[in-house]
Amino acid sequence: MARSQPTSSGSPRFVLMAAALAGVLVLVAGVLIVIAFRDAGKGVAGNPLAGVIGGKFSLIDQNGKPFTDADLRGKWRLVFFGYTHCPDVCPTALNDLSLALDQLGAKKTQVGIVYISIDPERDTPDILKSYVESFGGPIVALTGTADEVKQAAQDYKVYYAKHPRADGGYDMDHSALIYVMDPQGRFTATFTPDDSEETIVKRLQKLLG
Amino acid sequence: MRLHLGALAAGFGFWLAAAAGAMAQTGDLQITNAWARATPGAAQTAAAYVTIISTTGDRLTGASTPVAQKAELHTMTMDGNVMKMRQVDGIDLPAGQGVTLKPGGYHIMLTGLAQPLTEGQTFPLTLTFDKAGTREVTVTVQKVGSMGPGMDMPMHH
Repeated sequence: MARSQPTSSGSPRFVLMAAALAGVLVLVAGVLIVIAFRDAGKGVAGNPLAGVIGGKFSLIDQNGKPFTDADLRGKWRLVFFGYTHCPDVCPTALNDLSLALDQLGAKKTQVGIVYISIDPERDTPDILKSYVESFGGPIVALTGTADEVKQAAQDYKVYYAKHPRADGGYDMDHSALIYVMDPQGRFTATFTPDDSEETIVKRLQKLLG
Repeated sequence: MRLHLGALAAGFGFWLAAAAGAMAQTGDLQITNAWARATPGAAQTAAAYVTIISTTGDRLTGASTPVAQKAELHTMTMDGNVMKMRQVDGIDLPAGQGVTLKPGGYHIMLTGLAQPLTEGQTFPLTLTFDKAGTREVTVTVQKVGSMGPGMDMPMHH
Protein backbone atom coordinates (compact mmCIF):
# COMPACT_ATOMS: atom_id res chain seq x y z
CA MET A 1 0.00 0.00 0.00
CA ALA A 2 2.64 2.43 1.07
CA ARG A 3 5.01 1.19 -1.62
CA SER A 4 2.59 1.90 -4.44
CA GLN A 5 2.18 5.47 -3.30
CA PRO A 6 4.58 7.94 -4.84
CA THR A 7 6.57 9.70 -2.13
CA SER A 8 5.75 13.33 -2.04
CA SER A 9 6.37 15.97 0.54
CA GLY A 10 2.64 16.62 0.66
CA SER A 11 1.65 13.10 1.69
CA PRO A 12 0.03 12.76 5.10
CA ARG A 13 2.67 10.25 6.11
CA PHE A 14 5.47 12.71 5.40
CA VAL A 15 3.72 15.46 7.32
CA LEU A 16 3.16 13.10 10.23
CA MET A 17 6.80 12.05 10.25
CA ALA A 18 7.98 15.64 10.01
CA ALA A 19 5.72 16.59 12.90
CA ALA A 20 6.98 13.64 14.95
CA LEU A 21 10.57 14.59 14.19
CA ALA A 22 9.93 18.20 15.16
CA GLY A 23 8.38 17.00 18.40
CA VAL A 24 11.37 14.82 19.18
CA LEU A 25 13.75 17.70 18.47
CA VAL A 26 11.85 19.97 20.84
CA LEU A 27 11.99 17.28 23.54
CA VAL A 28 15.70 16.68 23.02
CA ALA A 29 16.37 20.42 23.16
CA GLY A 30 14.36 20.63 26.36
CA VAL A 31 16.23 17.77 27.98
CA LEU A 32 19.59 19.26 26.97
CA ILE A 33 18.60 22.59 28.43
CA VAL A 34 17.68 21.00 31.74
CA ILE A 35 20.85 18.91 31.88
CA ALA A 36 23.07 21.83 30.95
CA PHE A 37 21.58 24.34 33.32
CA ARG A 38 20.21 22.50 36.31
CA ASP A 39 23.14 23.57 38.41
CA ALA A 40 24.23 26.59 36.48
CA GLY A 41 25.57 29.24 38.78
CA LYS A 42 25.94 32.87 37.92
CA GLY A 43 28.04 32.48 34.80
CA VAL A 44 25.78 34.09 32.22
CA ALA A 45 28.74 35.06 30.07
CA GLY A 46 29.79 31.46 29.55
CA ASN A 47 26.25 30.28 28.91
CA PRO A 48 25.95 29.10 25.30
CA LEU A 49 22.17 29.24 25.38
CA ALA A 50 22.01 32.77 26.80
CA GLY A 51 21.25 34.11 23.35
CA VAL A 52 19.10 31.18 22.24
CA ILE A 53 16.40 31.17 24.92
CA GLY A 54 14.39 34.36 24.97
CA GLY A 55 13.84 37.00 22.33
CA LYS A 56 11.51 39.73 21.21
CA PHE A 57 7.85 39.45 22.01
CA SER A 58 4.91 41.78 22.36
CA LEU A 59 2.00 40.76 24.59
CA ILE A 60 -0.51 42.34 26.97
CA ASP A 61 -0.61 41.92 30.73
CA GLN A 62 -3.53 41.16 33.05
CA ASN A 63 -4.39 44.87 33.17
CA GLY A 64 -4.58 45.08 29.39
CA LYS A 65 -1.31 47.01 29.15
CA PRO A 66 1.38 46.16 26.57
CA PHE A 67 4.29 44.13 27.88
CA THR A 68 7.32 43.34 25.73
CA ASP A 69 10.63 41.57 26.26
CA ALA A 70 12.13 44.96 27.14
CA ASP A 71 9.86 45.08 30.20
CA LEU A 72 11.54 41.94 31.56
CA ARG A 73 14.66 43.95 32.35
CA GLY A 74 15.52 45.41 35.73
CA LYS A 75 14.52 42.31 37.67
CA TRP A 76 15.24 38.61 37.77
CA ARG A 77 12.31 36.95 36.03
CA LEU A 78 10.92 33.46 36.33
CA VAL A 79 9.21 32.88 32.99
CA PHE A 80 6.64 30.11 32.82
CA PHE A 81 4.13 29.10 30.15
CA GLY A 82 0.74 27.63 31.11
CA TYR A 83 -3.03 28.06 30.93
CA THR A 84 -5.74 28.74 33.47
CA HIS A 85 -7.81 25.67 32.60
CA CYS A 86 -4.91 23.54 33.81
CA PRO A 87 -5.97 22.22 37.21
CA ASP A 88 -2.84 20.45 38.31
CA VAL A 89 0.68 21.44 37.32
CA CYS A 90 0.23 25.15 36.58
CA PRO A 91 -1.28 26.07 39.96
CA THR A 92 1.33 23.92 41.70
CA ALA A 93 4.17 25.74 39.95
CA LEU A 94 2.72 29.22 40.50
CA ASN A 95 2.11 28.43 44.14
CA ASP A 96 5.61 26.98 44.67
CA LEU A 97 7.22 29.98 42.99
CA SER A 98 5.12 32.45 45.01
CA LEU A 99 6.00 30.69 48.28
CA ALA A 100 9.66 30.49 47.28
CA LEU A 101 9.82 34.23 46.63
CA ASP A 102 8.30 34.88 50.06
CA GLN A 103 11.36 33.26 51.57
CA LEU A 104 13.84 35.57 49.87
CA GLY A 105 13.27 38.28 52.44
CA ALA A 106 14.41 41.73 51.31
CA LYS A 107 15.58 40.32 47.98
CA LYS A 108 12.04 39.35 47.07
CA THR A 109 11.59 42.66 45.28
CA GLN A 110 14.39 41.75 42.87
CA VAL A 111 12.43 38.84 41.41
CA GLY A 112 9.19 38.67 39.46
CA ILE A 113 7.16 35.84 37.96
CA VAL A 114 6.03 36.05 34.34
CA TYR A 115 3.19 33.67 33.44
CA ILE A 116 2.52 33.49 29.71
CA SER A 117 -0.72 31.85 28.59
CA ILE A 118 -0.44 29.42 25.68
CA ASP A 119 -4.25 29.37 25.55
CA PRO A 120 -5.04 32.95 24.45
CA GLU A 121 -8.39 31.80 23.08
CA ARG A 122 -9.74 31.37 26.61
CA ASP A 123 -7.27 33.35 28.71
CA THR A 124 -8.26 36.98 28.43
CA PRO A 125 -6.55 39.64 30.57
CA ASP A 126 -9.59 39.69 32.92
CA ILE A 127 -9.45 35.95 33.48
CA LEU A 128 -5.69 36.06 34.01
CA LYS A 129 -6.06 38.92 36.49
CA SER A 130 -8.38 37.11 38.89
CA TYR A 131 -6.40 33.90 38.39
CA VAL A 132 -2.96 35.19 39.37
CA GLU A 133 -4.26 37.35 42.21
CA SER A 134 -5.16 34.11 44.02
CA PHE A 135 -1.49 33.19 44.36
CA GLY A 136 -0.35 36.38 46.06
CA GLY A 137 3.06 36.43 44.34
CA PRO A 138 4.40 39.26 42.15
CA ILE A 139 3.02 37.74 38.96
CA VAL A 140 2.73 39.39 35.57
CA ALA A 141 0.31 37.32 33.47
CA LEU A 142 0.54 37.73 29.71
CA THR A 143 -1.65 36.89 26.77
CA GLY A 144 -2.08 38.17 23.22
CA THR A 145 -3.21 37.14 19.80
CA ALA A 146 -2.50 33.58 18.68
CA ASP A 147 0.46 34.83 16.62
CA GLU A 148 1.88 36.95 19.41
CA VAL A 149 1.76 34.02 21.82
CA LYS A 150 3.31 31.76 19.20
CA GLN A 151 6.19 34.20 18.82
CA ALA A 152 6.85 34.27 22.57
CA ALA A 153 6.69 30.46 22.77
CA GLN A 154 9.14 30.15 19.89
CA ASP A 155 11.53 32.54 21.64
CA TYR A 156 11.60 30.25 24.64
CA LYS A 157 11.58 27.01 22.61
CA VAL A 158 8.29 26.12 24.23
CA TYR A 159 6.15 23.43 22.65
CA TYR A 160 2.38 23.63 22.99
CA ALA A 161 -0.54 21.97 21.26
CA LYS A 162 -4.27 21.62 21.70
CA HIS A 163 -5.47 18.21 22.75
CA PRO A 164 -9.20 17.78 22.09
CA ARG A 165 -11.33 16.12 24.72
CA ALA A 166 -14.26 13.79 24.04
CA ASP A 167 -16.74 16.40 25.33
CA GLY A 168 -15.69 18.97 22.71
CA GLY A 169 -13.44 20.89 25.06
CA TYR A 170 -9.66 20.74 25.01
CA ASP A 171 -6.58 20.61 27.16
CA MET A 172 -3.22 22.04 26.24
CA ASP A 173 -0.05 19.96 26.11
CA HIS A 174 2.84 22.28 26.90
CA SER A 175 6.47 22.48 27.98
CA ALA A 176 6.53 23.06 31.68
CA LEU A 177 10.02 24.43 32.26
CA ILE A 178 10.51 27.60 34.25
CA TYR A 179 13.12 29.90 32.73
CA VAL A 180 15.25 32.14 34.90
CA MET A 181 16.15 35.38 33.11
CA ASP A 182 18.65 37.80 34.66
CA PRO A 183 17.98 41.56 35.09
CA GLN A 184 19.51 42.16 31.65
CA GLY A 185 16.92 39.83 30.15
CA ARG A 186 19.40 37.02 29.53
CA PHE A 187 18.55 33.38 30.01
CA THR A 188 20.39 32.00 33.02
CA ALA A 189 18.90 28.73 34.29
CA THR A 190 15.82 26.55 34.39
CA PHE A 191 13.65 25.05 37.08
CA THR A 192 11.33 22.13 36.49
CA PRO A 193 7.86 21.71 38.03
CA ASP A 194 9.36 18.86 40.09
CA ASP A 195 11.77 21.21 41.88
CA SER A 196 10.65 21.73 45.45
CA GLU A 197 10.09 25.12 46.97
CA GLU A 198 13.28 24.61 49.02
CA THR A 199 15.36 23.83 45.93
CA ILE A 200 14.04 26.91 44.17
CA VAL A 201 14.80 29.12 47.17
CA LYS A 202 18.36 27.79 47.47
CA ARG A 203 19.12 28.24 43.80
CA LEU A 204 17.60 31.70 43.66
CA GLN A 205 19.64 32.77 46.68
CA LYS A 206 22.78 31.57 44.90
CA LEU A 207 21.85 33.44 41.72
CA LEU A 208 20.95 36.66 43.52
CA GLY A 209 24.26 36.54 45.43
CA MET B 1 -51.14 -6.53 69.70
CA ARG B 2 -51.25 -4.71 66.42
CA LEU B 3 -49.44 -1.78 68.02
CA HIS B 4 -46.87 -4.13 69.41
CA LEU B 5 -46.14 -5.58 65.98
CA GLY B 6 -45.85 -2.09 64.56
CA ALA B 7 -43.24 -1.18 67.14
CA LEU B 8 -41.39 -4.37 66.40
CA ALA B 9 -41.40 -3.63 62.68
CA ALA B 10 -40.16 -0.10 63.31
CA GLY B 11 -37.42 -1.43 65.54
CA PHE B 12 -36.38 -3.96 62.93
CA GLY B 13 -36.41 -1.27 60.26
CA PHE B 14 -34.18 0.90 62.39
CA TRP B 15 -31.78 -1.97 62.99
CA LEU B 16 -31.69 -2.68 59.27
CA ALA B 17 -30.92 0.93 58.46
CA ALA B 18 -28.18 1.07 61.09
CA ALA B 19 -26.67 -2.15 59.80
CA ALA B 20 -26.73 -0.86 56.24
CA GLY B 21 -25.04 2.35 57.36
CA ALA B 22 -22.29 0.43 59.07
CA MET B 23 -21.84 -1.73 55.97
CA ALA B 24 -21.21 1.32 53.82
CA GLN B 25 -18.33 2.27 56.04
CA THR B 26 -16.83 -1.12 56.64
CA GLY B 27 -17.32 -2.62 53.18
CA ASP B 28 -14.38 -3.57 51.02
CA LEU B 29 -13.59 0.04 50.16
CA GLN B 30 -11.97 2.64 52.35
CA ILE B 31 -12.12 6.10 50.92
CA THR B 32 -10.29 8.82 52.81
CA ASN B 33 -8.73 12.25 52.39
CA ALA B 34 -11.10 13.55 49.74
CA TRP B 35 -9.90 17.05 48.97
CA ALA B 36 -9.76 19.61 46.22
CA ARG B 37 -7.95 22.82 45.57
CA ALA B 38 -9.65 26.16 45.77
CA THR B 39 -9.95 27.60 42.29
CA PRO B 40 -7.76 30.57 41.44
CA GLY B 41 -9.95 33.48 40.42
CA ALA B 42 -12.53 32.71 37.80
CA ALA B 43 -11.03 29.36 36.80
CA GLN B 44 -13.79 26.95 35.82
CA THR B 45 -11.77 23.81 36.26
CA ALA B 46 -10.53 22.20 39.42
CA ALA B 47 -8.95 18.95 40.52
CA ALA B 48 -10.18 16.68 43.30
CA TYR B 49 -8.07 14.02 44.96
CA VAL B 50 -8.83 11.03 47.15
CA THR B 51 -7.18 7.97 48.70
CA ILE B 52 -8.85 4.62 48.09
CA ILE B 53 -8.06 1.20 49.51
CA SER B 54 -9.94 -1.77 48.10
CA THR B 55 -9.47 -4.94 50.16
CA THR B 56 -10.57 -7.23 47.34
CA GLY B 57 -9.45 -5.26 44.29
CA ASP B 58 -11.65 -3.00 42.22
CA ARG B 59 -11.51 -0.27 39.60
CA LEU B 60 -12.57 3.35 39.84
CA THR B 61 -14.47 4.08 36.64
CA GLY B 62 -16.17 7.41 37.08
CA ALA B 63 -17.18 10.34 39.24
CA SER B 64 -19.86 12.98 39.44
CA THR B 65 -20.65 15.96 41.63
CA PRO B 66 -23.38 18.59 41.72
CA VAL B 67 -20.78 21.40 41.79
CA ALA B 68 -19.46 20.71 38.29
CA GLN B 69 -20.98 19.85 34.94
CA LYS B 70 -18.45 17.08 34.52
CA ALA B 71 -16.10 15.03 36.64
CA GLU B 72 -13.59 12.97 34.68
CA LEU B 73 -10.72 10.74 35.64
CA HIS B 74 -7.51 12.25 34.35
CA THR B 75 -3.84 11.62 34.53
CA MET B 76 -1.00 14.08 34.16
CA THR B 77 2.15 12.79 32.54
CA MET B 78 5.44 14.40 31.62
CA ASP B 79 6.77 13.53 28.18
CA GLY B 80 10.23 14.99 28.48
CA ASN B 81 9.40 18.48 29.67
CA VAL B 82 6.01 18.52 28.01
CA MET B 83 3.07 18.25 30.36
CA LYS B 84 0.11 16.27 29.07
CA MET B 85 -3.33 15.88 30.56
CA ARG B 86 -5.24 12.82 29.47
CA GLN B 87 -8.59 11.32 30.34
CA VAL B 88 -8.44 7.69 31.47
CA ASP B 89 -11.22 5.06 31.42
CA GLY B 90 -10.51 3.91 34.91
CA ILE B 91 -7.99 3.65 37.69
CA ASP B 92 -7.07 0.16 38.90
CA LEU B 93 -7.27 -0.46 42.63
CA PRO B 94 -5.17 -3.57 43.34
CA ALA B 95 -6.36 -5.56 46.36
CA GLY B 96 -5.05 -4.20 49.62
CA GLN B 97 -2.96 -1.47 48.04
CA GLY B 98 -3.85 2.13 48.70
CA VAL B 99 -4.13 4.28 45.62
CA THR B 100 -3.75 7.99 46.18
CA LEU B 101 -4.85 10.51 43.63
CA LYS B 102 -2.57 13.51 44.06
CA PRO B 103 -1.14 16.56 42.29
CA GLY B 104 1.18 15.53 39.48
CA GLY B 105 -0.60 12.23 38.81
CA TYR B 106 -4.15 10.93 38.73
CA HIS B 107 -6.86 13.41 39.55
CA ILE B 108 -10.58 13.87 39.18
CA MET B 109 -10.92 16.80 36.83
CA LEU B 110 -13.95 18.95 37.47
CA THR B 111 -15.02 21.09 34.54
CA GLY B 112 -17.82 23.61 34.21
CA LEU B 113 -17.87 24.63 37.87
CA ALA B 114 -21.09 26.42 38.77
CA GLN B 115 -19.24 28.42 41.44
CA PRO B 116 -15.58 28.87 42.30
CA LEU B 117 -14.39 26.45 44.98
CA THR B 118 -13.37 28.34 48.11
CA GLU B 119 -11.11 27.23 50.92
CA GLY B 120 -13.00 25.46 53.73
CA GLN B 121 -16.00 24.62 51.56
CA THR B 122 -17.19 21.00 51.31
CA PHE B 123 -19.10 19.29 48.53
CA PRO B 124 -20.33 15.77 47.74
CA LEU B 125 -18.55 13.61 45.18
CA THR B 126 -19.96 10.32 43.95
CA LEU B 127 -17.42 7.74 42.87
CA THR B 128 -18.34 4.77 40.68
CA PHE B 129 -16.58 1.43 40.97
CA ASP B 130 -16.67 -1.66 38.78
CA LYS B 131 -17.62 -3.98 41.62
CA ALA B 132 -18.61 -1.86 44.59
CA GLY B 133 -21.07 0.34 42.71
CA THR B 134 -21.21 3.94 43.84
CA ARG B 135 -19.96 5.64 46.98
CA GLU B 136 -20.44 9.22 48.03
CA VAL B 137 -17.69 11.10 49.79
CA THR B 138 -17.41 14.63 51.12
CA VAL B 139 -14.64 16.69 49.58
CA THR B 140 -13.00 19.45 51.61
CA VAL B 141 -11.58 22.38 49.68
CA GLN B 142 -8.03 23.38 50.59
CA LYS B 143 -5.99 26.43 49.64
CA VAL B 144 -5.15 27.35 46.07
CA GLY B 145 -2.08 25.33 45.08
CA SER B 146 -2.29 23.03 48.13
CA MET B 147 -0.34 19.81 47.83
CA GLY B 148 -2.37 17.65 50.19
CA PRO B 149 -5.46 17.27 52.38
CA GLY B 150 -4.91 19.74 55.20
CA MET B 151 -1.16 19.27 55.33
CA ASP B 152 -0.21 22.74 54.24
CA MET B 153 3.17 23.93 55.30
CA PRO B 154 3.10 26.89 57.65
CA MET B 155 3.40 30.18 55.82
CA HIS B 156 6.89 31.64 55.80
CA HIS B 157 6.14 35.29 56.29
